[in-house]
Order: sequence, then structure tokens, then C-alpha cells
Amino acid sequence: MTAPTVPAAPTVPAASEASTAPTALVRPRPPRVRPRRPGHTAALRALGPLVLLAAWWVASATGVLTADVLASPAQVIDAVGELWGNGQLPDALATSLTRSGVGLVIGLTTGLVLGVVTGFTRLGDELLDSSVQTLRTIPFLSLVPLFMVWFGINETAKILLIAVATTFPMYVSTYGGVRGADRKLVEAMRSFGMGRLAIVREVVLPGALPSLLAGLRLSMTLSVIALIAAEEINATAGIGYLMAQAQSYARTDVLAVCILVYGLLGLTADALVRLLERALMPWRTAGQGGAPR
Amino acid sequence: MTTTSTSSIGGADAETAVRIAGLRRTFGDRNVLDGLELTIRGGEFVALLGASGSGKTTLLRILGALDGADEGEVLVPPARTIVFQEPRLVPSKKVLANVTVALPRGAATRERARTALAEVGLERHADAWPGTLSGGEAQRVALARALVREPELLLLDEPFAALDALTRLRMQDLVAELCRAHRPAVLLVTHDVDEAVRLADRVCVLRDGRLITDEPVTVDRPRDPGDPAFAELRHRLLADLGVHAATRTPLPSGVN
Repeated sequence: MTAPTVPAAPTVPAASEASTAPTALVRPRPPRVRPRRPGHTAALRALGPLVLLAAWWVASATGVLTADVLASPAQVIDAVGELWGNGQLPDALATSLTRSGVGLVIGLTTGLVLGVVTGFTRLGDELLDSSVQTLRTIPFLSLVPLFMVWFGINETAKILLIAVATTFPMYVSTYGGVRGADRKLVEAMRSFGMGRLAIVREVVLPGALPSLLAGLRLSMTLSVIALIAAEEINATAGIGYLMAQAQSYARTDVLAVCILVYGLLGLTADALVRLLERALMPWRTAGQGGAPR
Repeated sequence: MTTTSTSSIGGADAETAVRIAGLRRTFGDRNVLDGLELTIRGGEFVALLGASGSGKTTLLRILGALDGADEGEVLVPPARTIVFQEPRLVPSKKVLANVTVALPRGAATRERARTALAEVGLERHADAWPGTLSGGEAQRVALARALVREPELLLLDEPFAALDALTRLRMQDLVAELCRAHRPAVLLVTHDVDEAVRLADRVCVLRDGRLITDEPVTVDRPRDPGDPAFAELRHRLLADLGVHAATRTPLPSGVN
């Protein structure tokens, strides 16, 4: 090993042309964006669930998973055919979706309005925030008995339970998003004579959209959870009712169908929010830096 | 120290756009503005110089009704607009909608906004998102947004400070041209002496809460920094700001 003649020479492994270049130079290497075929992303996304499904299939076929623990995929498919054929599944789905949809809309609206009021006005913050934060810490499941006493075992109790459960994630996200609104932008708009309502509608809410959509995601998930809780109690229709019946007859195939339906509902909700993100915020992908994804 | 004749408070003057008397604004125990007097005539371009923290932006914010005064009288026209140091465009609105912000909707408004955008040379960007604009373009949109309201008083809060030197010169020419065409009263807050002397009809220097200099700019237009009168005024203004210019810029012989 020869002693280096230049003490502070940078050790860059392209020194073969050192005679022409004064110091060892390197080419800047920007991050390379690989072109992808259109179906590529979708295929990668589907890979995980498909592997799980295959594992289930193999476990059932080899007898590791017996039918009294969990039905095999083939049995589940048969059960779907049976339930769809006699109209039980479509009816249950329609009932459940209506419940969670109506509850979600009420919850989202309440959360949004409360969040904007407390986030944007000092009076609202002082008056409402501490009480909403207190209510928020109550687990909504503990309200089930109380709601049954108040409203009986009808639809109102179920829808209100879902509404209560979905209000708080939306409230917290809206409050945070509205609080984080660009003060300088709001001041500028005020100087041009924009009213408070118009500022909220045209500046604050569009700026808070990422938070609002995060809140929507959380609320959608909770609406399904609250739906299960609501339908476990004395339901006479819906997915939860179907599950309760299947439980008493030990029909693991029907139980698996219901669980899969819940999973698919969550997946659809997520896809919906993704679409909304793209449709509602066209300005985010414009300009330097481009899309976050 | 020079003080041009400021009309008295009681004197009704139809041409007066801004009248400030005995203005005081206190932050903590410091009087940022302390008995300040200033009158701006309609159509007059006044540049306000001051070191940072001297209260020049505070004065502009009081005139723009963004801040309150603690004491004194301030009179401004009802139609006034501000161009801030940053463009402050709403990212979720396209350029045209940013110009027409808070104006009644309608085809007439949009037409006026398009005209204003054409005046700043951005008519082709009406449908662009603010995020796609360069710093100079965004600031021109902010200028169009201010002008479309036909202000009697235009408040410019260091609007060129965040721009590069070349864009700044072009923007200064544009602002001068637009102000000549629309004739609003203008208060330009800046710390750039050359910019103040290039653009203004009158320059003021704010120090210790009051105007220690308030004099008309008599340099012939178009104003060239090489002009001895320009250099002499700059030298004096810099001295008022506490900078001794002789050491920084070589002055033509015979001056000073």
C-alpha cells in the first residue's frame, strides 16, 4: 500500500481518469423513477390478501383447520351462494348499510360542525371544547345499556350509537385541521373583506381537508365497529342478526361470510376515501414536489 | 430633518387620502409608534423607510385595519388593499378565483379580474394552481388581486423583499407603471433605499416611533442610480437609517 501523496484527497472510486479531471468528480445521481405498468400497483396490493386466502385454503384442505373451528373457503363460497340465493344476505347488507350510513352521516356532520366552531372561534373553544373532550373519553360501548333504556331496542338506538361513535374522531380531526389553518392567509382574506363564513368555506376547510379525510377514515372504521355492537343487541335484521343466528347453530361458514363482509366494507370505505382524496384536492399534486404519492 | 407642510387635522382637504395625527402604538413598555404624523394626498406615492423593528409594518397594519392604534387619529379611504411580503394566495383556488376573492360572483367580476391579470402579464395563467407559479408570478397575482378592487389607498408591505434581484427590478417597474395608470395613494414600506428613491414621490424615514425625514423626491424620472441627485439623496437617507454610505458605495466627487 503506497502512502497517499495528497493528504485530503476525497476517496471516490472513479479515480481512473484523475489525470484529466483536477479532482475526482462524480455525476449527480437523481432518484430514478421506474416506469410501471398500469396493473403493477393493483397486483402488488392484491398479493397480501391472496397469500392469506391461499394459506386458509391449504390449512383447510390438509385438515389442520377443521370445519368446526373455521369452515373452508369452498364451504364459505357455498354459504355465500346459499345466503345470496334465499335473499338473506342482500337484505341483511341493505339493513346494515343503511344503519351505518345514516349514523355515519349524523356523526360526521356533528363532528364537523363542532370542530369548526371550536377550532375557529375562541368563544366556541372556551364553551365547548372541554365538555366534548370529556364526552370523548367515554367508551361508546358503555352507552349501549343506557341507550336501550332511553330509546328501547328500535332503530333509533342503533343509529344514535353509531352517530355518537363516529362524532368524536371527526371532531378531533376537524378541530386540529381548522386550528392549523394558515393565520396569514386568513388575515389576508379578512383584509380583502371576506366574511367569516366564507373564510371557513373557501380557505379554512380546503386547507383542513387532509385532516378531515383522516377523520373520515377513522369514523368510517368506527361506524362498522359500532354497527357490530349495535346489531349484537336484539337485532331482527342485519349482518349482526345473521351472525347471532349462525352462532346459535354453530355455522362457522356463515360466520366467516359475515366476517368477510365486514372486512370488505372496511376495504370499500378505504378505497372511497382514496378516491375522495384525489377528487377533492387537485391542487396538491400541482407545483414543485408534486404528489406525496 | 425636514418636515413638509402637513395639513392640520381640522382642515378639510378633498385630496387627502390618509391623515395620521399623534399616532401611538405600544408593545409592552416600548412605544413603537410615538406621536407619528403623516398625510398622504390622493394619487401620491409615499415610501416609508426604516430599520427592521422600527414599526413601519405596524403603521401599515394599522392603516390596513389589521391592527389597532393605542392613541391618535387615523383617517383612511374605505377602499384600500394590501400586498403582503408573501403572496398569500389560497392554494385551493385557481389564479383567477384568487384575484376575485371576496368579490361578488359573476361574469363582470371575472372579466375585470382577467383584465387585471392581463395588466400584470399573467392572463395565460388564469386557470393555473398557485402552487405552479414562481415567486414573482405569485406576487404579480397578489398585485392583480389588490388592483382589481380599485383601491384609493394601496398598501405595499415590502412586496419585493422575497424576490430575486432581477425579478425585483421588473416588479418595481410594473408597480410604478400600474400606479401611474390607476393613481391610488400608495404607501410602500421597505428597507431598500434604492427602491424607495426609484419609485416614490416622497420618502419618509421612521425612527424612534416618528418620522425623522419626510421630503419629496426631486430626482428627474426616469430615475437612474448613477444620477448625482439620486446618489446624494440615497446617501442622506442611509445616514438617517444609521448607515454611513460613504464607506459602502463610492459617491461621485462633489457630493457630500
